[in-house]
Amino acid sequence: MSEQAIEDPQIGLQLIPQQGSEYAAQVDHLYYALLGISGLLMAILAGLVVVFAARYRRTLGRGRGKLLSDRSGRRVEIGFALSLCAAFIGLFFWASHLYLELYGKPATDITIDVVAKQWMWKFQHPDGTREINTLHLPVGETVQLRITSQDVVHSLSFPAFRLKRDAVPGMYTTAQFTPIRTGESHLFCAEYCGTDHSRMRGKVVVMSQTGYQRWLAGQGDAPSPADAGEQLFQSYGCSGCHKPGDATLAPELAGIFGKPVPLASGETVVADEAYIRDSILQPQKQLVSGYQPIMPSYSGQISEEEILQIISYIQSLTPGEQND
Amino acid sequence: MTSVVYSENEDRHATPRDYLSGGWSIRSWLLTVDHKRIAWLYAVSITGFFFFGSAAALLIRLELISPAGDLLSAESYNKLFSLHGIVMVWFFLIPSIPATLGNFLLPMMIGARDMAFPKLNLLSWYIYTLGGLFTLAAVIAGGVDTGWTFYTPYSTLFSNSAVLAAATGVFIVGFSSILTGINFIVTTHTMRAPGLSWLRLPLFVWANYATGLVMVLATPVLAVTLLLIALERVLGIGIFDPALGGDPLLFQHLFWFYSHPAVYIMILPAMGVVSEIVACFSRNPIFGYMGMVLSIMAIALFGFVVWGHHMFVSGQSMYAGILFSFFTFLVAVPSAIKTLNWTATLFRGQISFSVPMIYALSFLELFTVGGLTGVFLAALALDVHLHDTYFITAHFHYIMVGGAVTGYMGGLHFWWPKLTGRMYSRPWATVAALALLIGLNLTFYPQFLLGYAGMPRRYHSYPEEFEILQVLSSLGAGVLALGYLLPLIYLSWSLRHGEKSGPNPWDATGLEWQTPSPPPVHNFAETPVVTEEPYAYK
Repeated sequence: MSEQAIEDPQIGLQLIPQQGSEYAAQVDHLYYALLGISGLLMAILAGLVVVFAARYRRTLGRGRGKLLSDRSGRRVEIGFALSLCAAFIGLFFWASHLYLELYGKPATDITIDVVAKQWMWKFQHPDGTREINTLHLPVGETVQLRITSQDVVHSLSFPAFRLKRDAVPGMYTTAQFTPIRTGESHLFCAEYCGTDHSRMRGKVVVMSQTGYQRWLAGQGDAPSPADAGEQLFQSYGCSGCHKPGDATLAPELAGIFGKPVPLASGETVVADEAYIRDSILQPQKQLVSGYQPIMPSYSGQISEEEILQIISYIQSLTPGEQND
Repeated sequence: MTSVVYSENEDRHATPRDYLSGGWSIRSWLLTVDHKRIAWLYAVSITGFFFFGSAAALLIRLELISPAGDLLSAESYNKLFSLHGIVMVWFFLIPSIPATLGNFLLPMMIGARDMAFPKLNLLSWYIYTLGGLFTLAAVIAGGVDTGWTFYTPYSTLFSNSAVLAAATGVFIVGFSSILTGINFIVTTHTMRAPGLSWLRLPLFVWANYATGLVMVLATPVLAVTLLLIALERVLGIGIFDPALGGDPLLFQHLFWFYSHPAVYIMILPAMGVVSEIVACFSRNPIFGYMGMVLSIMAIALFGFVVWGHHMFVSGQSMYAGILFSFFTFLVAVPSAIKTLNWTATLFRGQISFSVPMIYALSFLELFTVGGLTGVFLAALALDVHLHDTYFITAHFHYIMVGGAVTGYMGGLHFWWPKLTGRMYSRPWATVAALALLIGLNLTFYPQFLLGYAGMPRRYHSYPEEFEILQVLSSLGAGVLALGYLLPLIYLSWSLRHGEKSGPNPWDATGLEWQTPSPPPVHNFAETPVVTEEPYAYK
């Protein structure tokens, strides 16, 4: 295997990592709140233990004092439990709200496709530029990560953005964030994935918008994922059956992305990334209503990156526009 | 006949002989059905496994002193943390308190002559020890590098190591847990002394009873999961591997359905130990006994519905994540009530700082830190940042080492005079207890900081800025090692040279203190009758 040099950002020890996004600052607020509550509870506990230990130590030779009645004891317990519950419910809503923001699907400016493998992170930008273990991003744009793995489970971790998402083979996971300041920060694999797990790391480089455009331009001409997907669509022979304006052999694909599809089984699924991937690799699994199971499986013949490119192509089609 | 392998026609009215007087022949140990001797067999086995697990931990901490991966190769490092996790979780922590102190004390605390199924009890030790040795051999000779979590598809398709053998060993050892659990449950239900109603049971018995329930209900799921791994690895049936049409998340669900309750198998018995100690050394009845019992049962129950909190970033449904987060907050409440009640038990007592009490108070500090940081991890957005970082490592070591091991050490020092009839050196024991407290905090507190700073777990090499915190942590591990080695020395020494302790050196309540030390073969000359509430300290 190639012993590629690891490129760590030189940022020094930050106990609170740089707040790369608004969201990071919001997570830190939650952290501070919890630190405050925990500190208070620890201080009360330690205070009580020390005071009790000093006042009621046996060496004073005093007899045991009168104990609390069962009734007031129960009141203390219930009061404590209820106030704890109230605090917990507040924290629960706060944290869940942020979680939905991170993993939900708001409008995004750019989508980065991420494919993990033992032991590297492969990124593809919307214009087709690829990079490994380093991710360049423009400041101020909302980025969506579309993540999968071609072997085992990995986990993409950006501490500066308080973001982490597992890369699971056979599945697409997403997360989004908006960098608000330029600079470098860590990029880690957080899920143990075998021998060189700890070398599967690098950096995120946030650049000014113009800097990012200049950087992209300097990376040479690669076709965009959608264009590459279109070529694959031809070369794998998909276009032979999935023809524009002709849905006799196979369903037309323009405009289906994100729409419900009626299945032969009578169910309905939404044609998202996972469905398209399944349809390429296991075409008989969820057959579209009204069609024969004649499509061959492409399992073992097509790479994860190629599948993502075909998905991008299908995503880019609008009804009546599929061109061959 | 000098053996204590007792028979049906033994004269039960003869002068009771202590359980060790039956001799030291191999046969008297390996064929014994006396729960007290079986407890010792377990103690010897788990101490051996603990040695292997600790040695692995020390090598890991040595490697992490420098950022570059220079002491060990990446393969060796990965094998060592796998060995550490597998051995410590399955062969030390899970059996630690239940199989040793629980085995010894549960029958005595309820006024019984033995466990309900003495032969099953012995069988469980054989299964445990043989399964454990088999796994250890597989892990060391074959080199297992999957971590103790065996995540698929890495463990089924990519890791070319002795995964199958290791999983088989863990599968076998699971049955010893199940047998122990059944024994605890049946013994507690059927063999309580006259007058010993459920609400007069010592909390240690309640805790082990609840542990038994969790063992019996959760362990079979682990067995099924490991069997499915074997099917996939051997026959290539697609269960967890997506390339074969399986689902890797299914493995995580099944694994954590067992492994989260397993955390409560580890911590509940320690909670039971601490309750006994705190009551005894503050000369007070436990504050809110009923609340303590309900908390134990609530923890055992809610422990079964929080497994998904290990999977907040895994790609499971976000809404499932929200539900699991809610239950996780919920399960923290009974633990908090227990902490409150231990503290309140000190109120207006007569507190002395004997060695067991130092351990119990250490437990209180360590468990509270572990518990509160658990709340950080229940909070979804914070968990996303902290998941799979050193924050997690720190959190569960505060619970498992700070909680479970400190509880075990406290219990060992509390009941040592009962187990052996001898007292250990108190000054040395005080030093060891303090070394444990200081070493533990020094080892794991810096790891919280590393975690929030972003450093992932299971890293053989790491960015340079984390070095200072890693060095502190390794220093702590050295102090911690002292806290484990010292007891091994002075406790062994006391077996022969310690002063005789008498039946009840701490002046404690509880049936186990009403018989001589060491106890006679059948524990009690006559079946005791209970007329008092528990913890009737005057």
